[in-house]
Amino acid sequence: MSTTTVRASSGQLDKLDRLSFGWVMWGIAIFSLIILSLPTVIVLIASFSSAQTLRFPPTGFSLQWYLALFDYPELWSAAVTSLQAALWTTLICIVLGVCASLAMAGSRARWVAAMDALVMSPLALPGIAVGLGILTYFSVLGVRLSLVTLVLSHVVICIPYLVRTTLASLIQLGTSLREASTVLGASPAYTFFHVTLPLIKQGVITGGFMAFLTSFDNITVSLFLSDARTEVLPIRMWSMIENDLDVRAAAISGILIVATALLMVLMERISGLSKFLVKS
Amino acid sequence: MTAKLFAPREWQLALPLAIFLHLFYVAPLAVLLASSFQTAPGEPSFTLAQYGQFFQDAVNRKVLLDTFWLGVQVTLACLLFGYPVAYVYANAPAKWKGILTFLILLPLLTSSVVRTFGWVVILGRQGLVNSLLQGLGITQEPIRLLFTHPGVAIAMTQIQLPFMVLPIVASLSQIDPRLAAASASLGGGAWRTFWKITFPLTLPGIISGCLLVFAITVSSFVTPSIIGGGQIMYMPTLIYQQGVVLLNRSFAATISAILLAMVLIVVFALSNLGQKSRDYVH
Repeated sequence: MSTTTVRASSGQLDKLDRLSFGWVMWGIAIFSLIILSLPTVIVLIASFSSAQTLRFPPTGFSLQWYLALFDYPELWSAAVTSLQAALWTTLICIVLGVCASLAMAGSRARWVAAMDALVMSPLALPGIAVGLGILTYFSVLGVRLSLVTLVLSHVVICIPYLVRTTLASLIQLGTSLREASTVLGASPAYTFFHVTLPLIKQGVITGGFMAFLTSFDNITVSLFLSDARTEVLPIRMWSMIENDLDVRAAAISGILIVATALLMVLMERISGLSKFLVKS
Repeated sequence: MTAKLFAPREWQLALPLAIFLHLFYVAPLAVLLASSFQTAPGEPSFTLAQYGQFFQDAVNRKVLLDTFWLGVQVTLACLLFGYPVAYVYANAPAKWKGILTFLILLPLLTSSVVRTFGWVVILGRQGLVNSLLQGLGITQEPIRLLFTHPGVAIAMTQIQLPFMVLPIVASLSQIDPRLAAASASLGGGAWRTFWKITFPLTLPGIISGCLLVFAITVSSFVTPSIIGGGQIMYMPTLIYQQGVVLLNRSFAATISAILLAMVLIVVFALSNLGQKSRDYVH
């Protein structure tokens, strides 16, 4: 008699234990996922507001803020500068990063660890210190600010993404296929362009995508390395929000959100973006 | 054999990037450090005066402490809210994973100005939170959320959350599922299994998540300067103000060096812990 009650109550305890664990985990996770998407959703909704000031929930629906963007030349020139900077940054990152990754993946020497630490460190160091440092450096050397100085500084902070994903691809690939190609008499360049590069394409594309986004979105470094002629989009948006909460900022944000979401879906199709980000 | 894969000398392929980083990253940081020890730009003297000046001022000490505190709070909040997301992601059926990945990555990949702007709309006087509170009759007057430390901490937590979730997901996916099954068959309940098995085994992921979140939080500029307004100052805002607004570059260099030191100390402490936890796992 007494043993059955004990067993029953311990069974209930088990159930309670499992249930409470599930509820707490799922509860917090669902709450976090809502909070995670909330700002993006809110900005998207607010961008269609018909009110003259920024309020939430909006009082009506209109496209007025999107239409207002057409009459804002500074914004378009900033967007073009940002695109140019991001494309050059991505290109340089790919060339430098793929070369370095090839060397790093093929060697177990001690310099590889040092090189890895050097390449990855811009991820953890304060961008604002890096930006100020590069600005001080260029002014000591007497170099004037331009798109070139902007791109050089962006390469420094974007290179970690490229090296990380390319290295991951190379390590996954292993050496046997490349060895086979070399043994069969292919030159190193032929092996690289016809064997290695097609096989690590996904890692390079994912890294390039991350580098592009990081450069396009950067403020902390751009703040020091660009002048009035090379104003970039995020800085323009930052001053729009900081000074008078311009609702047009919501419309640009809306465009950026949709563009990012579309790019993400495209990248997932092409390169399996999540595979690299989740495993890195 | 492996070493000769690309012949002639493949380590030379790393040279362009190494040279680039030394020219445009290591050298500038060295110049920055050097200028933090100078009294006037260009003078070859060495002085600790600017460090003294920084620490003598109670306002600066408060900024340093506030920044550190923000980093700790945001890191802990990210761990609390991020771990369950990673856990649910790792245990979700395959068909849900696509949607979850999208939900976790989209905020990470959208522009930081856009995300911050979202928080301005949520926390503002006419924002979502105030509309809700007033609509429910909880408060009459809009409460102040923008330009406060809690406001900054809330927004930063959301923005940094993916940096915590991703390493933990990576850690969780390496755990042998048989371990949890073994624990369950030996009578370990769900909570017990989690605290005794799952949680300790994911410590390397947790530590690298904490490391990233802390380092990025104390270094971030956009969100604290917009949500904090001019009222609340953190180290990056102070650097910007001294270096760009007041054109006091060598003092800005000193503040950068102090921020750099803070980040490095925490990163080294955490990665030592990480090394120990990795030894424990293996």
